Amino acid sequence: MCFTQNFWSFFIGGIANGFLYALIALGYTLVYGVLQLINFAHSEVFMSGGFAGYFVLNAVIGNSQPRGLTSIGLIVLGTAAGAVGGAVVAYLLERVAYRPLRRRKAPRLAFLISAIGASYFLYNLAGKEFGRNAVTIPAPYTNGTVFYIFGAQVQTYYVVIAIAAMIMLIVLDRIVAATKLGRGIRAVAQDAETASLMGVNIDRVIAQTFILGGILGGAAGFLFGLNSGVVYTMGFTPALKAFTAAVLGGIGNIRGAMLGGLLLGVFENLGVTCAPTEWRDVIAFGILVLVLIVRPTGILGERLGRSA
Amino acid sequence: MSVSTSTAVARIRSARHSSDVRRLFACVFGFLVLAVMTGPSGSNLAPTSGFTGSLLHPRVFVFIALGVALWAIITAQHRWGEAIKHASDHVTALPRRVMPDRRVRLAFYAVLLAVAIVGPLHVNAFWQDVLVDQIGIYVLLAIGLNVVVGYAGLLDLGYIAFYAIGAYSTAFWTGALPVHPPIVLNAFWAIPFAIATAMLSGVLIGAPTLRLRGDYLAIVTLGFGEIIQIVATNLQGVTGGAQGVIGIPHPAVNLLHVHYTWLIDPLPYYYLLLAFVVLGLIAYSFLEHSRVGRAWTAIREDEVAAESSGINVLKYKIMAFAIGASTSGFAGMLTASKISFIEPGDFTVQLSILILVLVIFGGMGSLLGAVVGAAFLQWFPWYLKEHPLFGFQPEDLYIYLGAILVLTMIFRPEGMIPSRRRKREIGLAEHGVGTADAMSSSQAPVS
Repeated sequence: MCFTQNFWSFFIGGIANGFLYALIALGYTLVYGVLQLINFAHSEVFMSGGFAGYFVLNAVIGNSQPRGLTSIGLIVLGTAAGAVGGAVVAYLLERVAYRPLRRRKAPRLAFLISAIGASYFLYNLAGKEFGRNAVTIPAPYTNGTVFYIFGAQVQTYYVVIAIAAMIMLIVLDRIVAATKLGRGIRAVAQDAETASLMGVNIDRVIAQTFILGGILGGAAGFLFGLNSGVVYTMGFTPALKAFTAAVLGGIGNIRGAMLGGLLLGVFENLGVTCAPTEWRDVIAFGILVLVLIVRPTGILGERLGRSA
Repeated sequence: MSVSTSTAVARIRSARHSSDVRRLFACVFGFLVLAVMTGPSGSNLAPTSGFTGSLLHPRVFVFIALGVALWAIITAQHRWGEAIKHASDHVTALPRRVMPDRRVRLAFYAVLLAVAIVGPLHVNAFWQDVLVDQIGIYVLLAIGLNVVVGYAGLLDLGYIAFYAIGAYSTAFWTGALPVHPPIVLNAFWAIPFAIATAMLSGVLIGAPTLRLRGDYLAIVTLGFGEIIQIVATNLQGVTGGAQGVIGIPHPAVNLLHVHYTWLIDPLPYYYLLLAFVVLGLIAYSFLEHSRVGRAWTAIREDEVAAESSGINVLKYKIMAFAIGASTSGFAGMLTASKISFIEPGDFTVQLSILILVLVIFGGMGSLLGAVVGAAFLQWFPWYLKEHPLFGFQPEDLYIYLGAILVLTMIFRPEGMIPSRRRKREIGLAEHGVGTADAMSSSQAPVS
């Protein structure tokens, strides 16, 4: 029976994937908020995070088998490395592929094309510099079953993802709701022109938004790489799904991106019980098209510049 | 008074100075990136070797020098810009001055056509193959995508999906697939079916997404391009799966007194292709200046105004999308029947991006630009394969193509051979008039 068969174990796997989609989707939604543009190169931000985490952990761990507190420290280190990698790439992206066009008030088509170009440039450059075959990140922890939910195993990896993602999501939510930066982001999202009249430095806010999205995307890249390995083409599919998640929740809507990510992760994973695993991406794509036809504003509705 | 003037002058001078410095930094940075791009490759085990090999090597000085030289040229142009601009305008304005003359234009096209007809007879077999598989097909694809991106201002990132659909429907109608058609046709008579199937799928994928904001179309087509490949790989019973399909027959005509069969020699395909490219060029050029073309222009320039003038925006967008898709489908048919073998790996999303680069580089909305851009960009990598220059490696092609997209958008968004109307639109959009694309939606979902 599809759907009900091993429901809980697929559900838990879906939640874990969903957290990753949520982290990436936030990058899309944040940038969409301030620029009303889809950042097509976000997949490469994700990929850079994966590589950054891989290089750092590879250098630190070597052949040892870390346990206990060391494991936690290493996970934090890897996530931080991924976040820094993602942030750097996102910032460069904004400076090189977006800002010159914004200065010139280029048409929207130009931004999309430029971002696509940047994406191809970045991932192929990564392939050239870091090799084109996939590598596995040395495990910072020993994977095993931590506890059971309704008889389904919950693996260490899922726990790591859930905790790391939840911390980042809560912090982001607070940053956007309660800090000066968050106020700036919301102000630019609501009305960039008026915001600049009120003394908001738009260029700076946009760059910071890219960096914020890059931190989340890069961290997600590392967390994803822990289980699935790191390769220069790794960004494409997760980013496409994260975009679906952002649209599902309502693009521009921060909590919508979180909800959309989790829902998509679960739907997709449960869908796999009805069809061979190769069709997983097709299911996600089907959801995207369905959402766009039925409710293009997403579940929580599009909204720009509101904290929650 | 004089004090304030002098401080103002000083400020202007320092501002100019700092922008000079920034430009120098940008030029050198750009060339350092180029040094990395053309440098040796790294590997998983030595991830920094690519960077150190290209940046800590004497060759880096060449690139720095080139960067400084470029900066010097740009700065000189800024300082004594008028004179240089005047001189260069004089040269570049020549085609612009004579081309509007209809006779000159026709003569120019006639010469171009003559070269296209006679030229291939004088190249060797390898280049004849390249001319068909790499250049001719892509010129056709580029003029098709030009209708979507250039005329209608829609971004289609899954263009190759329709090429795949054309190829697979040819395989279906010629009986090469595991599922059999009602009647087995010759590849030549499969053309209308391939075109119709591609067009229909264009309408099906376009209809729900074209009413939304333009960037949704871009991402849906991107996903669609990926999905087509997954479906072709996994629907084993229908498409033959990952191993692909073999034995797609070559086209043949048996009509009244005309009997001709295309075989493996590339030249006959070349002429068939040329005929269709010329047909396409004529048709699209008429289309551009017809009622339909004017509707596309109106949608591009101001969608709301177009809609309020009674243009059915959705209909014209779908029309552009379907025309593009059918061109792509035809190209797919031709490839399938020439090579007589197709596999899902032939239809990667990368190829969609490649075709986009061809159109953007040549000039959105410019037929001549699409043809020349496609021919040049498809020929050049093959030329470089034979004559390696600056350490170009074929597998790095997409690094360069990505860079071309970004650079074109920053420095010359209208492309190398721009359409005059498109150039004007982009200029106007930059001054806040119109949009120059169809990216806003007719039924905007705004909360």
